[in-house]
Amino acid sequence: MQKSSRLAIFALLELASDPERQVSVSDIGEKYGVSAHHLAKVMHTLGRAGLVRSIRGVGGGYSFVGNARRVTLLDIIGLFEDISPACAPRDPDAPTAEKALCQVEAEIDDISKATLGSITISTMLKNIRRIEERSARALQEETAG
Amino acid sequence: MADSEEMQANALKGQISIRRARAEDLDQVIALDAKVTGLAKPEYWQDIFERYATRRLDERFFLVAEGSESDDGTILGFIIGEVRGWEFGSAPCGWVFAFSVDPGTRLRGVGESLFDAISDRFRGAGIQTMRTMVARDNRLHMAFFRSEGMVAGPYIQLEKSLDD
Repeated sequence: MQKSSRLAIFALLELASDPERQVSVSDIGEKYGVSAHHLAKVMHTLGRAGLVRSIRGVGGGYSFVGNARRVTLLDIIGLFEDISPACAPRDPDAPTAEKALCQVEAEIDDISKATLGSITISTMLKNIRRIEERSARALQEETAG
Repeated sequence: MADSEEMQANALKGQISIRRARAEDLDQVIALDAKVTGLAKPEYWQDIFERYATRRLDERFFLVAEGSESDDGTILGFIIGEVRGWEFGSAPCGWVFAFSVDPGTRLRGVGESLFDAISDRFRGAGIQTMRTMVARDNRLHMAFFRSEGMVAGPYIQLEKSLDD
């Protein structure tokens, strides 16, 4: 996954965790250790895709306006990367080894897309909560023990 | 933060009751499956009912979601699973092999109520892991199971065309 895609996912998760809140580019950039310049370009793309809205002025920033239960990781990645099949249909005269390798690449590509296409922002937020709860329980048990 | 769809689903969940399937539910289960898959399979469902709703009930669970009075007690969905042990070297786990929700009642929390109920039954049977299998192109089921916290397990399903 490319850096812009990862960054877009982090930014959307940050914003979608509280759609009422407006967060500045510099706050998100600071949290994930990236330059405001790079993040601004990512946010612009997310804005054009209708996933975030920019509010200008004091206390302004970005807020999430997409549908967290519908937007998947694959949808987000597709805004920044070419997600067409890794191995395009080949010339029938291509070497057999190339066809065999293409079959393997297509298998990996199918599984990756099925995974990324089934995980929504809402699911990611639930997963984050589950990880946090698990860590809190582990800490509690460690303290008690 | 719960969005409006989620809040609506939570409110409606209280109006759904989950219970074991009974013989008189079978016609509705067959009709629901035919509505979803486009293929009626009465003999298959009769066999499934006999195997999963009448025997070894401590480890076999054929559950249905029944709507409130306003739904005339209609069966809105079902889920079937059983405890299976030592297949492919796996310690006993709960396998969910059938799951369906009436398309007209989606987003009412029916699927989640069924999923939670069978999870509780498996836990009650001493099981700690639940598994299922989903067609890669079935985005609806895949997204649902993911949202319930399911992740890729330690096995990969392989197949071979016997015509090769």
